[in-house]
Amino acid sequence: MMHRIFAALLAGSTATTPLLAQSHDQHQNHSAMDHSQMDHSRMDDQPDQPAAEAPEAESPSGPLKAADAIWGAEEMLASREALYDEHGDMMLFWFQGDRAEYRVRAGEDGYLWDVQGYYGGDINKFWFKSEGEGSFGEPIEDAEIQALYSRAIAPFFDLQAGVRQDLTGPTRTHAVVGIQGLVPYMFEVDAAAFLSDKGDLTARIEAEYDQRLTQSLVLQPRAEINLAAQDIPELGVGAGIDNLELGLRLRYEIVPEFAPYIGIEQEWKLGDSRDFARTAGEDPSVTNYVVGVRFWF
Amino acid sequence: MYMIKSNLAISRRNMIGSLAALAGTTALPMPAWAMGKMGGRVRNGMDQLSGPDVDLHVGSGLFRTGSRSGHAIAVNGTVPGPLIRLREGQDVRLNVHNMLDEDSSVHWHGLLLPFQFDGVPGISFPGIKPGERFTAPFKVRQHGTYWWHSHSGLQEQMGHYGPLIIDPAGPDPVQYDREHVILLSEFAAMHPHEIMKKLKVSEGYFSRQKASATDDYDFSGAERRMWGRMRMMPTDIADVSAPTYTYMINGHGPDDGLELPFSPGERVRLRIINGSAMTFFNIRLPGLPMTVVQADGQDVQPVEVDELQIGVAETYDVIVQPTKEGAFALAAESMDRSGMAQATLTSQPGRQAEFPALRDPPLLSMTDMGHGGMDHGNGAHGHEGHGAKPAAAMDHSQMDHGKMGHGKMDHSQMDHSKMSHGAMKPDTNLGAAPMDNHDMANMGGMKMRDTSLLPDSVKVGPGIDMVAMNPMDRTGFPGLGLDNVPHRVLNYRMLKSLKMDHHKRSPDREMQLHLTGNMERYMWSFDGKKMSAVGDDPIRFRYDERVRVKLVNDTMMAHPIHLHGMFFEVVNGQGHHQPKKHTVIVQPGSSATFDVTTDEPGDWAFHCHLLYHMHAGMMQAVSIEFPKDA
Repeated sequence: MMHRIFAALLAGSTATTPLLAQSHDQHQNHSAMDHSQMDHSRMDDQPDQPAAEAPEAESPSGPLKAADAIWGAEEMLASREALYDEHGDMMLFWFQGDRAEYRVRAGEDGYLWDVQGYYGGDINKFWFKSEGEGSFGEPIEDAEIQALYSRAIAPFFDLQAGVRQDLTGPTRTHAVVGIQGLVPYMFEVDAAAFLSDKGDLTARIEAEYDQRLTQSLVLQPRAEINLAAQDIPELGVGAGIDNLELGLRLRYEIVPEFAPYIGIEQEWKLGDSRDFARTAGEDPSVTNYVVGVRFWF
Repeated sequence: MYMIKSNLAISRRNMIGSLAALAGTTALPMPAWAMGKMGGRVRNGMDQLSGPDVDLHVGSGLFRTGSRSGHAIAVNGTVPGPLIRLREGQDVRLNVHNMLDEDSSVHWHGLLLPFQFDGVPGISFPGIKPGERFTAPFKVRQHGTYWWHSHSGLQEQMGHYGPLIIDPAGPDPVQYDREHVILLSEFAAMHPHEIMKKLKVSEGYFSRQKASATDDYDFSGAERRMWGRMRMMPTDIADVSAPTYTYMINGHGPDDGLELPFSPGERVRLRIINGSAMTFFNIRLPGLPMTVVQADGQDVQPVEVDELQIGVAETYDVIVQPTKEGAFALAAESMDRSGMAQATLTSQPGRQAEFPALRDPPLLSMTDMGHGGMDHGNGAHGHEGHGAKPAAAMDHSQMDHGKMGHGKMDHSQMDHSKMSHGAMKPDTNLGAAPMDNHDMANMGGMKMRDTSLLPDSVKVGPGIDMVAMNPMDRTGFPGLGLDNVPHRVLNYRMLKSLKMDHHKRSPDREMQLHLTGNMERYMWSFDGKKMSAVGDDPIRFRYDERVRVKLVNDTMMAHPIHLHGMFFEVVNGQGHHQPKKHTVIVQPGSSATFDVTTDEPGDWAFHCHLLYHMHAGMMQAVSIEFPKDA
C-alpha cells in the first residue's frame, strides 16, 4: 500500500504541474464584435450565442484510463464493473397481488386471485401472471398462469410475449402476445391475444384507473372484456364478446404496499356465451360483492 | 438479484477483526470509540479535525433523532462526520480508514486536487476495501466552504458525509465575528436500497401530497385532466420526502432543538451546506435578511436576500446580523414543503424560536414541462399562481430596453441576433408583460415528447418520457415555489464573482447535453444513456480547452448537476463576473449553460447529485487529457 501511495504522490505532483507555454491564438477569434465600442462589464455573456467561429476542436477519444496508470488496470477493473452495474443496471423483483378477494353473490360465495410480478431490469424483464376463480365447495373453476418475456418498447408500454397454461377444465396451452402499460389519462391497460394449441384465438383487455379520494383512499373502476374469434363450446366461450366485467373497488392504503378494499363487480356473458351458460344452468349475469386486499412487495 | 441488505448485516466480529488488523499493521493511535465500540450509538453532531494529518474512520452504528432511529454509517463516531478545517496553501494528508465490511470511499466535494485522490470508485481509484486505509496527500490551493461524502453505493444517505472548510491564506474578504456551519441532510430509518426499490416499482411512493379528489390545490378540472392525459404528476417535486425523512441540521432533527449562539450586533457567518441525498431546501430566518457572500466555496459580491433555495450539494455562505437579543428561526423547508430542518439562532441559551408553518406545496407548471417559451397566441406564457413565471421568453416589443441595464451599450455596434434576452438582468420587470391565464385544455394537445427536437447524440428510447419543446435559460428562476413569495429570493443571475476575470476566453467549442428521464420507470440518464450503457466511454476534453456546455433538462424535475475536479462558470449574464460553481441546478424543462476551462487533467465524475438519480444512471465520466509535455 505504501509504495502505491508514494507512486500516486509522484504522479499527482506531475499531473498538477501547470502548463504555462500554452498558445492561446485559437482563442482570439472575437471578430464579430468591436470591443472598443463595448462596455464589457455590462455585457452579458449570452447562453445562446454560438462560440466564436473558431474551428471546432476535434475531441479526443478512447476509454477511461487515467486511474489505470496510477492504481493499475487490474486494480481498477472490479470497481469499474461495479460502478457500471450499480449505476443503471439494477435488477429488481416485484410481486403484486392486484386482487385477492372473497366474493359474495347469489348461490355459493366465491373467491378470486389476480397476481403478477417480474424480475428484471429497466428494459428486459421476466414477467409472470396468474389468475383464477371459483366457488366454495366446488372445484376451482378457472386458473391460469403466464410466463412472459417483457420488453419496454415505449416510455409507458411493455411488449410481452410468452406462454399461458390453463390449469383447470380441458387444459390448454396458449401462445401470448400482449401490451401492458399506462395510456393517457392514467388508465393502466393490459391487452393480450392468445392462440391455443387447439388453434383457438381469444383476447382479453383489462383497464384500471386509480382515483385518489384522499392520500390513503383510492376508488378504482375496472373493466375487463374477453373476446373470441370462434365458438369454443367445451369452454362455454362464444364468438365475439365472450364476457364483460365492470367493477368498482374502494381501497384504503394502510401503507402503499397493503390496502384492503371493498367493492362490487358485475359480470355479463354475451352472445353465444350467454346461451352456453344458460344451457349449462348458469346465470349469465352475476353480481359480486367483494372484499379483498391489494398488496405488493 | 438486487440485494436488499439487511440493517443487521454488519458483522461485529468482522469489524473488530479488521480494526485489530488495521491497528497492528499501521500502528495508528486509535481513539477509544474506534476500538471495538462500533455498532453502538452514533453521536449527533460533529467534532473538528485539522492539521497536516487528518484521519477519518468509517464505521457504523445506531443513530437516533427525535422518535426515529436506525442503522447509520458514521465517521469518527458521529453523523455528520467531523468538520475538516484546513488552510489555503498547507500540505495535508487526508487518511480514510474503512472499518465497514464493504468497500467505501470519500469524495472531497469541490476540492481542487490530483484526480486520483478524488475518491470515486471505478473512475478515479479502485475504492477502499474493508480494513484498508486510503491516503490523499495534496497541497490546498483554494479557500471556502465545501464538504465530503462517500461515493460508494448509497452510503451517503446513511450518514457518510461531513463539512470541510478552508480558511484563506491571506485576509478573508468576508468580515465576520462568529461563524456556524449549517450542514443540511436527511435521516431515513428505511435502508436506502429499499428506498431505491420503492422508487423503481411505485411512482410517487413517498409523496403524501398527491393530487386527489379532496386536495386543496388551486387547480381546475381541465388542468387535472391535462396532466392525466400526459401521464405526469404536477406534484412530483421531490422523490423522497417527509415523513420518510427527518430533515436535519448538523445531525439534529427538529425535535432536538439545536441552538446556535450569537451576541447582538455580531456579524454571524452561516456556512450553509446541502449535504442531503435528495432534498432541495428553502432557507430563511424570518426577520433577518441574509447577505450571500459565497457560493460553492467561491467568494461572490454581497447580495442581500430574504430567502434562498439550495440544491443538493451546493453551498452558500451568508452573513446575518441580529442587532437585538432574541431567538431567530433558521428554517430550512424542503422544496416540496413536506418538512423542515430547524435550528434556533439565539442570544440566550434555552430560548427557542417560533418556527414558521410549512407553506402550501408548490405545483409544476407548463414552464416546467419546457413549454414556457411557447407563443400561445394571446401572449400568455406563464401560469400565475402555479409556480414558474416565464423567466426568459418575452415579447421584445413590450420591453423597455432602457430599464434593462443596456443604457451604456451602443446597440448599433452589436449583433442583436446573437443575444439571448433570456439572460438579461433579473431586475427586468417580467410581471409587466400581459399575462392571461392560458387555456390549459389546449395545452394538452401539445406534444410532450417530440423526439425530432433532440440532437443525434441523444439515444431515444423508453428512458425518455418527455422532451422540452422550448427549453429556456432559467438561471433567473429562484426555484420551485419561490417565484411568487412576497420577499427577495436569490437566483443565479444575482451571483457575481467577487473578482473580475479579464482573462476570460471565448469558448473554443460548444457541447449540448440533455438530462433525460422517465418518472414512471424511474430511469435517469444523460442523453438517454445510463452510466451502465456509456461505461468506459467518457466525455473527453483536451487539456486547457475552453468549452461551453449547455445542459438541457428534458424532465420535470430540477437536477443539481455536479462536475468533479474543477469549477465552471455559470453563464448568467454577468460577463467577466460569472460566478464559479461546482454544482448547477438545471430547472425543469429548462436549460443552463456553463463555461469550463479544462485544466485539471484526469478522469472525473460528472453526475446529477440527487443520489437515486445518479444511482439509476444519471452519471458520466469526463476525461481531460494530460498536457503532452508535462
